[in-house]
Amino acid sequence: MKRAAVFAAAGALALALLPMVAPAYYATLMIPFFGYAIALLGFNLLFGYTGLLSFGHAMFLAVGAYGSALLAGVFGCKSFELVLLGVVCIGMAAALPIGFLCVRHTGIFFGMLTLAFGMLFYSFLFKFYHLTGGDSGMRIPRMDILGLELAQYSKIELLAGPFYYYCLALLIITALLMWRIVHSPFGLHLRAVRDNARKAEYLGVHVHRLRLAAFVISAAFGAAGGAILGFRIGLADPELVYWTHSGQLVFMTVLGGFSNFFGPIVGALAFTLLQDQLQSLTQYWRFILGATLAVVVIGFPAGIAGVLDLWPRFSARVKA
Amino acid sequence: MSAFANILIGGVFHAAVLFLVAAGLQLVFGVQKIINLACGSFYALGAYFGVTFIAYATQFGLSPWLIFPGLVVAGLLLAVVGPPIERMLRSVYGRDESFQLLLTFALVLMFQDVFRFVWGANPRSLDNAYLIYGTINTRDFGVPVYNLLVIAAAITTAATLGALLTRTNFGRIVRATAENRAMAEALGVDVRRIYSVVFTLGAALGTTAGALIVPTAAASLNMAIEFVVEAFAVVVIGGLGSMRGALVGSLIVGLMRAFAIVLYPEFEVLAIYVVVIAVLLLRPAGLFGKPVA
Repeated sequence: MKRAAVFAAAGALALALLPMVAPAYYATLMIPFFGYAIALLGFNLLFGYTGLLSFGHAMFLAVGAYGSALLAGVFGCKSFELVLLGVVCIGMAAALPIGFLCVRHTGIFFGMLTLAFGMLFYSFLFKFYHLTGGDSGMRIPRMDILGLELAQYSKIELLAGPFYYYCLALLIITALLMWRIVHSPFGLHLRAVRDNARKAEYLGVHVHRLRLAAFVISAAFGAAGGAILGFRIGLADPELVYWTHSGQLVFMTVLGGFSNFFGPIVGALAFTLLQDQLQSLTQYWRFILGATLAVVVIGFPAGIAGVLDLWPRFSARVKA
Repeated sequence: MSAFANILIGGVFHAAVLFLVAAGLQLVFGVQKIINLACGSFYALGAYFGVTFIAYATQFGLSPWLIFPGLVVAGLLLAVVGPPIERMLRSVYGRDESFQLLLTFALVLMFQDVFRFVWGANPRSLDNAYLIYGTINTRDFGVPVYNLLVIAAAITTAATLGALLTRTNFGRIVRATAENRAMAEALGVDVRRIYSVVFTLGAALGTTAGALIVPTAAASLNMAIEFVVEAFAVVVIGGLGSMRGALVGSLIVGLMRAFAIVLYPEFEVLAIYVVVIAVLLLRPAGLFGKPVA
């Protein structure tokens, strides 16, 4: 517990110092990391803590990005906070019926259902050109943060400066929130459902209701992450929800280690840096990423956090 | 009437190709309990290799008339990729489903760049091969004979697989292993060998389907990840692990797509997922699958 706090504080400090020492390029590279880290915190509530593997979770990132395009681009809402709040609500509203249908199933069937819902959303975005812009997507205009227009900054300066710290703050807030959630009685219930759903039910736990709650919460985090991704790119396009993007989310989580609270954040960081380095080295970066994934799955199923865990009691275990 | 017949034939052709890949997926799932996301990559591998194989064979004097058997041979030759990949999957057999899915996802990523490395980023196709066998013309519509050959090949494969699994000793052993691995092993079945053979067979079905498609469509980098979701829809609708399910599921998906493209292009893919979700919710085991406990 204490070690975890030290570890988290050191990480946050390092991230806070980064824009001062590293070139602006690396600071802007960190924006998608923040987006993915926030989304994966939610994803891991579902995967690591509740034991449900969603293979369509990119759907909620797309809700975040398309929601921003809708609220900021079409309805002209200039405040990023309001947009963030809006997409979180949309994400939860979308997750409620989808989750209601999906949580009755576990294991491979849950994965397939979420995959099918994701692809359903993809084909809607892709085919209904007049509503969604089809494969060219929807533009996301620049928004104000904290009510400040910040027009004097160029896009790069904005991303590497104010928006960087804004995202860092968001990540810290969402991580604290998630820490509270998983260490509450609710989080304990989720782990009980994961480890033995039937026994939990005998003890009076509402299994479906709990899973649905986890699903909706994870969707909210996903939408918030998607809004950050969209802010950086300035575009919401259907590739965001394609099944390979969902696979990439699972990849990051397993790379970091899903049985550790900080695993998904570490995984998002490692994946972002690895992908960036590989892309500048070779056009065959997918092969190396795939090989990395294979090595992690076969040899290090506990991920990077699991390797770090070899130092005894270094970090906060999910099992607790 | 002619439009209807054209759509019907187009749909059945698509269903034939889907069936071959889905049958491989079902076989592997039935025995090894692994959903192989890389089945689409086998399909793409077959397509790329088919183009290269026919190009070389033509240089060495292969008559254009032999393109169909040539492609079948090309597809079957690719069965060599089966055993090494099965060897790699062996490390996750007893593990959680998420690890199995992820490992095959890793294969998808790796294959993607293998194609890019070997065949480049541009689509590859066979020119002028499609209509070598001519078309059958009736009063108001024409069907390329090649399409009929592929449909016939799929039907033959379905019959052969059915006979292999139900009538031969090998089939009995495979079914016994699928039913209860430990018991089969206790009775002296070399389960490792069965797994290897079954996976190779599944891979060969996928690569052959891919090779057969190249006269009608180009081999491209996206075909692997696009096709796998369709094959996945087929096995979900038909029921995981069921051969009859693969047959019916591929007909449903193939025909539905063919009609949707013409009637409501916006709903081409959407309709398939609506059916998939409906089946998963109402009958999670699929139309022909065994109900899960």
